[in-house]
Amino acid sequence: MILLIEQVLNGLQYGAMLFMLASGLTLIFGIMGVINLTHGSLYMVGAYCAASAVLQSGSFLVGIAAALAGAGLYAVVIELAVVQWLYRRDHLYQVLATLGLILFTNEAVSLIFGRRPPLMDIPPFLQGSVTVLPGLDYPLMRLAFIGVGGLVAVGLWLLVNHTRLGMLVRAGADDREMVSALGVDIRRLYTLVFGLGGLLCGLAGVMAAPLLAVEIGMGERVLITTFVVIVIGGVGSIRGALVGALLVGMVDGLGRAYLPQGLQMLLPPSVADTLSAGLVSASIYVLMAIVLLVRPLGLLPARS
Amino acid sequence: MRRTLRTMTILLGLALFVAVPPAVDAGGSPALLGLANRILIYAIAAVSLDLIIGYGAMVSFGHAMFFGLGGYTVGIVAYHTFGGEPLLGWSGTNAALIVWPLALLVCALIALVVGALTLRTSGVQFIMITLAFAQMVFFVLVSLQIYGGDDGLMLERRNQLPLIDLAGPQTFYYLCLALLVAWTAICALIVNSRFGLVLQALRQSERRAINLGIRPFPFRLAAFVISAVGTGLAGVLWANYARFVTPDMAAWSKSGEFMAIVVLGGLGTLLGPIAGTAVFIALEQLLSAWTEHWMIVMGPVLTLVALFGRRGIAGRLFGGRRD
Repeated sequence: MILLIEQVLNGLQYGAMLFMLASGLTLIFGIMGVINLTHGSLYMVGAYCAASAVLQSGSFLVGIAAALAGAGLYAVVIELAVVQWLYRRDHLYQVLATLGLILFTNEAVSLIFGRRPPLMDIPPFLQGSVTVLPGLDYPLMRLAFIGVGGLVAVGLWLLVNHTRLGMLVRAGADDREMVSALGVDIRRLYTLVFGLGGLLCGLAGVMAAPLLAVEIGMGERVLITTFVVIVIGGVGSIRGALVGALLVGMVDGLGRAYLPQGLQMLLPPSVADTLSAGLVSASIYVLMAIVLLVRPLGLLPARS
Repeated sequence: MRRTLRTMTILLGLALFVAVPPAVDAGGSPALLGLANRILIYAIAAVSLDLIIGYGAMVSFGHAMFFGLGGYTVGIVAYHTFGGEPLLGWSGTNAALIVWPLALLVCALIALVVGALTLRTSGVQFIMITLAFAQMVFFVLVSLQIYGGDDGLMLERRNQLPLIDLAGPQTFYYLCLALLVAWTAICALIVNSRFGLVLQALRQSERRAINLGIRPFPFRLAAFVISAVGTGLAGVLWANYARFVTPDMAAWSKSGEFMAIVVLGGLGTLLGPIAGTAVFIALEQLLSAWTEHWMIVMGPVLTLVALFGRRGIAGRLFGGRRD
């Protein structure tokens, strides 16, 4: 039971991170129709900025500011330089152009920050753990991560449903020409949404940096998972991103805990160990395949 | 006029490929033969991918899985033939005439399953689900500890063909060239057949094609399987060329590379992707020899190709499709 609750919390924490990335990605896709592979790179840029800022200043708050500024600005630069030319192009070209940007960003980050990945400690006020239940201590940093994820979800809901910007975003997703004809500068709106996606990546980066290894390639791994999340949830829908992120987080967390045990009952240990390692990594892709077979547009598509 | 120019270009390209081994013999750098051989092998995969992206508008972001599967079938059979214990009671063989068709069969069967599932979707979902299947294959290959896991598998020696000695680098090179020419010719026949025309009709307007009484699914599935078999053949040849297979053969970056090559060469031209492969691999070689940070140049090159190279290198020449 304790193990189950711990794994559920782990799943929530992973889900929170995936949601921060997936919500931005799905907005960008839903509104602009662009497959943005650089989303993972923005997350990596955020993590690197945070880690090196904390190393220099010793303050976690400075780290947060650096991550948000770094990832947000880089997102705007990318949008202005490359992505804005891709809005009306075939997905194939979007994939290719942003793939090129990933390669460029990886190399540029390793040139700027050095080959050796920076380490980032958990800030003092988030160290230690909390007794969630009798017999279950859970790290405070991970709980904070879940909390930030929740705040982002509420904040995005307010932003999209109850502000003028959100109204324009929803309108832009529905009918680009009409919004433009009503006198809204759609170009600027797009740049803004892209920057917002960048900010969320930066936030995910700074929260993940103390927990995961900050390294080149961290972006691609999480990017592919993020795509799985938005495809499961339904491309273009923030609610879908939330459901998808939680589902993928849970499947990953619970799979990691219970799949090896289950297989060990069925198979000899040596085979079970190697097989379960592969199956755990593949489990979310199996989930995605199943969801797409039942509902090709995802669980909660933006438009039916 | 364009027709003559086109024929001239094909003959010139073919002559260049044929001339590589004599040129190396006459004092050229031996590394040139390896480079040209890598181009030939990747070109087979690129032509295959063009068949579905260029003619069928099925943007597969997971084609490296077939490259990896083809390679690993060769690797695994070789592992059991030399040294390892029998595989399900079969002691293995080194005969290319058995191993290669087996590898292609594996690719075809898996493509049949993957295609049947993925082709229920289209657009961005199709791109992502093909990527997801490729990732599954990748993780399974990584978890195969007896076959080296992350590190991959060394092959003792190349497969054997009757009458032809594949151990010689030049013989192997000419075999790859012959297979590339044959496969491109087969693909050209397919594209111009009724089947190929239906495929292109589906790309241009699915609705119109359906109203003409065409069921899209079987055509798309068949094209997907054919393309997978071609990519598998490239994987088989790569395993024999490098005598080494790793899970990286099925990595998502490899799928991206194939896609970049096809776009660079020109979508829907078949011959364009061969030129694209040559340019891509030569550029990679040049840049990586120049600096270890070559990705900082290669990345923007890909981006520029996507932004401006609407018809690729050969699009104008070979009359590829416009987007």
